[in-house]
Amino acid sequence: MSDVNLLYTDVEDSLRSTVRDLLGSRCPADAVIAMYDGDRSVVGPLWRSLAADLGLAGLLVPESLGGAGASAREAAVVLEELGGFVAPVPFLTSSVVATAVLVAGRGAVPGAASVHVDDRAVGSAESGTPSVLLDGHGPGLLGALASGERTATLAVPLSASAMSFPVVATSAGDALTGKVTSVAGALDADVLLVPVAVEGGLEVHAVEASAAQMAPVTSLDMSRQLADVSFDGAASELVVPAEAGDQALRTALGLGAALLASEQVGIAQWCLDSTVAYLKERRQFGRVVGGFQALKHRLADLYALVEQARAAARYAAATVAADDSDREVAGSLAQAYCSGVAVKAAEECVQLLGGIGMTWEHPAHLYLKRAKADQIALGTPEAHRTRLGDLVDLPA
Amino acid sequence: MSTPSVSTEDTRRDLAARVESLLSSYPPGSTERLEFLRARFDAGLAWVHFPEGLGGLGLPRGFQQYVEQLLAEAGAPDNEPRKIGIGLGMAAPTILAFGSDEQKQRYLRPLWTGEEVWCQLFSEPGAGSDLAALATRAVPDGDAWVVNGQKVWTSSAHKAQRGILVARTDPNAPKHRGMTYFLADMTDPGVEVRPLRQITGEAEFNEVFMTDVRIPDSDRLGEVGEGWKVANATLMNERVAIGGAAQPREGGMVGKVAATWRSRPEVRTPGMHDRLMTGWVEAEVFRLTGMRLRQKLLVGAPGPEGSAMKLTFARLAQELSGLEVELVGEDGLRYGDWTMTRPEKVDFTGRDAGYRYLRAKGNSIEGGTSEILRNIVAERVLGLPSEPRVDKDIPWKDIPR
Repeated sequence: MSDVNLLYTDVEDSLRSTVRDLLGSRCPADAVIAMYDGDRSVVGPLWRSLAADLGLAGLLVPESLGGAGASAREAAVVLEELGGFVAPVPFLTSSVVATAVLVAGRGAVPGAASVHVDDRAVGSAESGTPSVLLDGHGPGLLGALASGERTATLAVPLSASAMSFPVVATSAGDALTGKVTSVAGALDADVLLVPVAVEGGLEVHAVEASAAQMAPVTSLDMSRQLADVSFDGAASELVVPAEAGDQALRTALGLGAALLASEQVGIAQWCLDSTVAYLKERRQFGRVVGGFQALKHRLADLYALVEQARAAARYAAATVAADDSDREVAGSLAQAYCSGVAVKAAEECVQLLGGIGMTWEHPAHLYLKRAKADQIALGTPEAHRTRLGDLVDLPA
Repeated sequence: MSTPSVSTEDTRRDLAARVESLLSSYPPGSTERLEFLRARFDAGLAWVHFPEGLGGLGLPRGFQQYVEQLLAEAGAPDNEPRKIGIGLGMAAPTILAFGSDEQKQRYLRPLWTGEEVWCQLFSEPGAGSDLAALATRAVPDGDAWVVNGQKVWTSSAHKAQRGILVARTDPNAPKHRGMTYFLADMTDPGVEVRPLRQITGEAEFNEVFMTDVRIPDSDRLGEVGEGWKVANATLMNERVAIGGAAQPREGGMVGKVAATWRSRPEVRTPGMHDRLMTGWVEAEVFRLTGMRLRQKLLVGAPGPEGSAMKLTFARLAQELSGLEVELVGEDGLRYGDWTMTRPEKVDFTGRDAGYRYLRAKGNSIEGGTSEILRNIVAERVLGLPSEPRVDKDIPWKDIPR
């Protein structure tokens, strides 16, 4: 537990404004709303701009492998902005969680400010040798993820967490069989990282998305649409060996939960700001409705919650970046807290906007659906509270 | 708070040298407590963010912790801040901001050493949340003012030598414009202090009756008619003082509940566990929010954000203390002691679970009710419209009461 910096550095502020500018011009709310009617055309160009042009895909990839070598602090700032736009891009699933599986699989600490990765590659997909997956690309899968050339996701349900994740695939030779439901980021991925139970542990295999059967799911949150994924003898390559797989998956899912808190802060802040702005304009009974005390008090309480969520999310990101011994506590703390705040903020937004908040046209529903799905993603608040009880010696 | 710079290191070295020099000139083991505290003040190590010559060194607030740490390690006596909280947290920053040079020289040193205990004479029976409605009158008389009226909820009044006082000096002006701020002498024969027994059984507060109390004009703080502005500076500091103290993990009310949970396995149930962890999470996040706010405020004065902190502080203290009473079951039916006493200092986390539960009820009332604080956050942080104020522009004397 240390006095890490909970504010934003100048570099982080500048990254934020770059990401915000791009999202402002390339991620209009009506394009996200259209995803609920099956039009996903906003995703591809937006993700290419973020991933490759801004280099965000490689934020958590070490510089030696072609990434930016940034820390969880910067990734968190990106997630705040993505949350603020309910941006439908696979940053969390590919650039945080899948990337972290591979970094952790090499024995390094994903998200720490200075990650040193062993150059010795593990499986063929990770080495420079020709592979089915990478067609001989030098820097391996991590390098391809960093450049935005490829996008990956971890094939577990979005509701899986560091505390509990299902392992359903089995491997015979180099062929995978099994079915995973409710996978986020799968529709945007060209590589799937699949946990496989083997004698002596848990391996992670890489599979071409084209080699899997992908059934899109009508999802509560269509801006992060899920898919049911099945493998029927799909060709695969080992990317994390059995002795490192379990730890790598827990680390990556833990990091995902810790950083999801920042997305939730972005959602909550948008909901607060939008509600306040609307209530300063909207008039009823001859008055601006934001002047009614019943509404002022609810917004004051919401402001307090959002400020607190920000502190929790910053602490989670900062302790990961510092590789602080408190990072596990910080991650579950942030997820246990920020989940509820994002949902509360979105619910207040819908309610306080009145009728307009119930419409399809107004983007408030995008935030409510994302917030509610995020509450279940990567461990429910209750699951994180239970884990915290163990971590801080408050046993059930 | 960004990256430690060379100058930060230089400052720490300089502070360490000053502490060293203080300790060698006034070895704590062989120096009388008060003498040591006066010397510490004169060395600028009392509150380093205050100006030189007034107990400080004009440094950012954040360096104070380092000084405290060095002095504590050396076994030096402190000024028992819990006993003089109103002086340190409210009177001092207000005197610093609005006082004349003479006032700062006269008052800050004995305030900090605890030689003069301060109390706060703000609330009145008819002026609680609507503090600006206050009716205590100060009438000019030569080079002094004559004060008559009644104040209430005055902690430490029975021990105080001085009080920060807001009184009405112009009943013909609208209420916010007719007040003036004074540094009152509590030993004046016209000051009568009566204990005010409270919900816990004890009396930490007082009622203060002032009858023809004479205050020299030189003890007026700020301009005549500027009392509201000066009082607001005090109140901002009060909210930070109540809600914003640095705490270790499990440092506040949550630590009491957690300790009970750990030491009494027989009270554990799944339902209680989830409530405990929910409270623990909220308390820890609140602590981090305070840490973040202090990082923001390292250089600078408290703003309306402190009001949001105090709101949460009060809610959590009440929820957690209530949870603990429930948690201990049958023991929650018993109460330590209803005897009327006058506590030396107030510890929100002191005594037993029942006391903590009852005392926490005051947290959402003292220093601004939670309802008023929500107005402040909504108006000053979020920029929402002000409450309608029908009495704002009419002379105070014409307001119906």
